[in-house]
Amino acid sequence: MTTHVTGSPHTGAPSSDLPAPLRARPVPRPGRWLSAAVLLVLAAMVVHALVTNPNFRWDTVWLYLRDVNVVRGVGWTLVLTFGSMAIAVVLAVLLAIMRRSDNPVMRSVSWAYIWFFRGTPIYTQLVFWGLVSVLYPRLSLGIPFGPEFFVFDTRDVITAFWAALIGLALNEAAYLAEIVRAGLGSVDPGQAEAARALGMKEPRILRRIVLPQAMRVIVPPTGNETISMLKTTSLVVAVPFTLEITYATSAIGTRTFQPIPLLIVAALWYLLITSVLMVGQYYVERYYGRGFDGGATGPRRGAGRRGPGSAGGSGSSGRRAGRLSRQATIRGAGTTKDDPFAEVTP
Amino acid sequence: MSATTASPSDATPMAETPMVEARGVHKVFGQGADALHVLRGVDLVVPPGSVTVVLGPSGSGKSTLLRCLNELEQITAGSVHVDGELLGYRHDAQGVLHRLHPHRIAAQRSRIGMVFQRFHLFGHMTALENVAEAPVQVRGLSKAAARERAAELLDRVGLSDRVDHYPAQLSGGQQQRVAIARALAMEPELMLFDEPTSALDPELVGEVLAVMQDLARSGMTMVVVTHEIGFAREVADHVVFMDDGVVVEQGPPGAVLENPTEPRLQEFLAHVL
Repeated sequence: MTTHVTGSPHTGAPSSDLPAPLRARPVPRPGRWLSAAVLLVLAAMVVHALVTNPNFRWDTVWLYLRDVNVVRGVGWTLVLTFGSMAIAVVLAVLLAIMRRSDNPVMRSVSWAYIWFFRGTPIYTQLVFWGLVSVLYPRLSLGIPFGPEFFVFDTRDVITAFWAALIGLALNEAAYLAEIVRAGLGSVDPGQAEAARALGMKEPRILRRIVLPQAMRVIVPPTGNETISMLKTTSLVVAVPFTLEITYATSAIGTRTFQPIPLLIVAALWYLLITSVLMVGQYYVERYYGRGFDGGATGPRRGAGRRGPGSAGGSGSSGRRAGRLSRQATIRGAGTTKDDPFAEVTP
Repeated sequence: MSATTASPSDATPMAETPMVEARGVHKVFGQGADALHVLRGVDLVVPPGSVTVVLGPSGSGKSTLLRCLNELEQITAGSVHVDGELLGYRHDAQGVLHRLHPHRIAAQRSRIGMVFQRFHLFGHMTALENVAEAPVQVRGLSKAAARERAAELLDRVGLSDRVDHYPAQLSGGQQQRVAIARALAMEPELMLFDEPTSALDPELVGEVLAVMQDLARSGMTMVVVTHEIGFAREVADHVVFMDDGVVVEQGPPGAVLENPTEPRLQEFLAHVL
């Protein structure tokens, strides 16, 4: 006994009209409604408890949120975050390449660097960078173990800001190096081999072929590290560097005997910056995901324009165009995990 | 124009320089007890403008031989000359052998096109960018000129309507045709094909073989490792049958495929045909 549930009982030649979708009553889900209601009530209670509690002094929070010292602190925090991440990314790529080198000295130095900077607390490292002018009062340029040409006073070169920046960057580079290494390892070796067969030289293969594809794996954890670094900058008080947001707000809090509202001020700023970073990360990920997003985005600009005009190329292109958008559509639905083109990056 | 005998090494200087001349090529993977002797003294001569098809069961060393012809594998013993130039090494005035600098080897490879079984198109680049990449990065061609030339080549392989598609948006046959265009963009004097249709759905094999046949007709020197006996019969000037790291039998396709003398080849053909 077969029952036709669609509205078109005829068989034979396929009709170009889409069939009316099945109409069926959904499964009753009382649990969903109930759990949603419970969560909404709990969320409302949390918001209420935050907003109505006078101890939080929201007026003070609002006042200091725009305070000039606080905003300046935000600026320094951003400079430290992006400055140290920029230095760390460059160092990390170097370290990751050294890790993959044929040269055992390169490999060992990279390994030892990562071992040391991941293995000691960032706070301790920052204290040491703060003390570097005590430990090494003089810096000089010259021949190693030989004569010196230029001599500096360490305090003039490595100020509190530079100590903080270098301390954060050197530590972060160790973590990022492992992320970059994982990214480089995720690219199918066939990609480099194809480039080699075309006569490309190794540095260029890395820069043009391997790194851009590794970025797809590197960017998400690096975004994570950037957001983490934003908060880690609060540790530079160990140097001591005292202009960034956490120290700036806590100083005001101590002075005005209102530590709680000032902590909230700092937290709100961190939240705001993190939100902006997350938006940025979305776009960076989308850029480096080009060509790998399963074709759901369609060919790049202007592809359609060429299509009809130059149909002379291959006789069966029309049929295949249908097949391809079919693949893209099926994968775009996200209900099948079977990727027929899972060729790159196993 | 097919070479049935293989001894032009010491031939008279009047003879045409072979495009490929491999002499006593050995390839050993690994060392000591784990060593694997994949090529056991292979000689191969490919005259310019000819199509050589290499047949053989899997594990016979045919892909390894192909990879030795453009230095993707470093040979253990023997020599490979391409267009009269020794690959990977040079002799100094005293006759001492020197390994070439990687940049020199890259330059040698840039004259030899290679098409892989699994296409290996650059996934982050469109079809056009894939084809235009090496001429810009290796030959120093301007971007505009390279893109124009890439568009012509994609048109030649019948993909003028797929220029801006990424590899993941192309079928296997289309990807392989882009890969052929990418290799041709370097204007190679020799094209190597490593089982170019083995990763394709049966219905897509024909379009790739058609492009290769076109290429052969245009006078390109080609060495093709394949299981497509039909292609060997129709297009090849010379068929080489390898087994267990040595060339067992070679000659014009008519002789090798229709009247094989070696029992191993007879057995192979019985299985494939």
